[in-house]
Amino acid sequence: MSAAGAAPQQPEASSRAAHFRYVLRLGDTSLVLGQRLGEWVGHAPALEEDLGLANLALDLIGQARLFLTYAGELEGRGRDEDALAFLRDAPEFTNLTLAEQPNGDFGHTVVRQWLIDCWQLEIYEALLASTDARLAAIAAKALKETRYHHRFSSGWLMRLGDGTDESHARVQRSLDSLWRFTSELFAPDDVDERMRAAGIAPALAEPSSRWSSRVDEDLAAATLVRPAAAPYPWHGRRGVHTEHLSHMLSEMQHLQRTYPGARW
Amino acid sequence: MYTQALDTHGKEPLPAGAGSSAALAQRFQERIDVEEKIEPKSWMPDAYRQTLIRQISQHAHSEIVGMLPEGNWITRAPTLRRKAVLIAKVQDEGGHGMYLYSAAETLGIARAEMIEQLLSGAARYSSIFNYPTLTWADVGAIGWLVDGAAIMNQIPICRCSYGPYARAMVRICKEESFHQRQGFEIMLTLAQGSAAQRAMAQDALQRWWWPSIMMFGPSDADSKHTAQSMRWKIKRFSNDELRQKFIDITVPQAQFLGLTIPDPALRWDEAAQHYLIGPIDWNEFHAVLAGHGPCNHERLEARRAAHEAGRWVREAAAAHAAKERSRQPQAA
Repeated sequence: MSAAGAAPQQPEASSRAAHFRYVLRLGDTSLVLGQRLGEWVGHAPALEEDLGLANLALDLIGQARLFLTYAGELEGRGRDEDALAFLRDAPEFTNLTLAEQPNGDFGHTVVRQWLIDCWQLEIYEALLASTDARLAAIAAKALKETRYHHRFSSGWLMRLGDGTDESHARVQRSLDSLWRFTSELFAPDDVDERMRAAGIAPALAEPSSRWSSRVDEDLAAATLVRPAAAPYPWHGRRGVHTEHLSHMLSEMQHLQRTYPGARW
Repeated sequence: MYTQALDTHGKEPLPAGAGSSAALAQRFQERIDVEEKIEPKSWMPDAYRQTLIRQISQHAHSEIVGMLPEGNWITRAPTLRRKAVLIAKVQDEGGHGMYLYSAAETLGIARAEMIEQLLSGAARYSSIFNYPTLTWADVGAIGWLVDGAAIMNQIPICRCSYGPYARAMVRICKEESFHQRQGFEIMLTLAQGSAAQRAMAQDALQRWWWPSIMMFGPSDADSKHTAQSMRWKIKRFSNDELRQKFIDITVPQAQFLGLTIPDPALRWDEAAQHYLIGPIDWNEFHAVLAGHGPCNHERLEARRAAHEAGRWVREAAAAHAAKERSRQPQAA
């Protein structure tokens, strides 16, 4: 399951640092995806979808706040959720590269959402058994939300895949274009290994195969074709991103950066 | 969000009683006089129906267009808490639009037709949303002033004679009053913040004060339909009464914030026990209403763009639903 061996391994100073980093990654993925969904509000294809996308964004920002607050405490340097969200630069962000991909059309957003929903379903489910009670509690809350998110995204995947020739072609194109980022989803690195050894995080083999089965099932219902494996090893979780993230951050962090130290 | 001005523009309603028997019309008015609610299946004069369709649909459009100016700051909200609150607020507005379209549908018009009227420019929405949100303080000012003015207008509509509209307004008012407090809290934080933040708050008040005052619509002397709407208990207070109520509540709030209302003529009148304002620039009001405000073009274009870009999605959903229906008998 491991990505290509050429990946740079960042040695972690301690297991506490790895713990911080593990929780930070979960928070960053929720934050970045929530931020992307926030761009949709007011512009969706129908009023119901506007409300639905806003709901997803709200849940994800809520998850990010819980994860980032906890991460800040684990780090022990006095950084709260906002210091982590607004005062880090792109190389310090540890989200999945998939989450930062631009919205594209509604179908593109649905595919991105669905792939991450399927991932979060497995990760959060597995984290229910974490020896870290706080992480397990956050995962339990997030899991309930993610089940709803998956209903939304897989429902739309099916409507678009099965709908018209145009919608089928569009959503298949989006799937083909975003699929390459899935190589990162279950590729464990030293942080995952340390957390697994400590009983904080799961081994990734089983969640990965369950993810794969769910993806196949949803794709079949949507009459879409699973793209061929894409071997490029993305490392968003280690701070190596696509060009899109820094643009997103420059917008998101604008006020905090322009007025340093201000209270809002 | 909503403005009192909405019921004074657009097509003229038919004269009351046209096309209906005098007895039915009299019975209808008697029900209204004793505060009985008119329900979708009740008999009603066509002019009453048309007035309500116009007012409720314009109110719904205002909620939908109103998502845009505040939505403009979702991606730039300064903290995660502010971001979450703002998303929830804009989402509430979409929800208000949805209840209101549903309330209007009970009068016999489809949502698609109402949206078509919005996009073609035939229907109006509240002019206040044709002003831009230039800084973060504008998000606070909209909550404080625009939602504050909206509440003044909307509380009486909770007692509107038309049941579905009145009931929709009860929930909407609860949410709006929450939004108003959130907006004030943003302003308070800025007012207590750095010099730059105080300047931002003052600048926002500068730009939003008069448009908010104009949200109550033309003064009573120039308001064409007030009398009929009052007889039908669609409207309970005149534009000027509500405007004065808003001013009396808001001026002390501005003082509490330490901000200056941009009206050199503003003064407390001891005899009247009211704050009196200087003259309203009705030329500006009419210019924005006629489509010449700073963002009329952008707002309508944004709605049209979303509608056009979403067409293939709506078509796909309809096609999928039709396929599902055709599959069902075979599966059974």
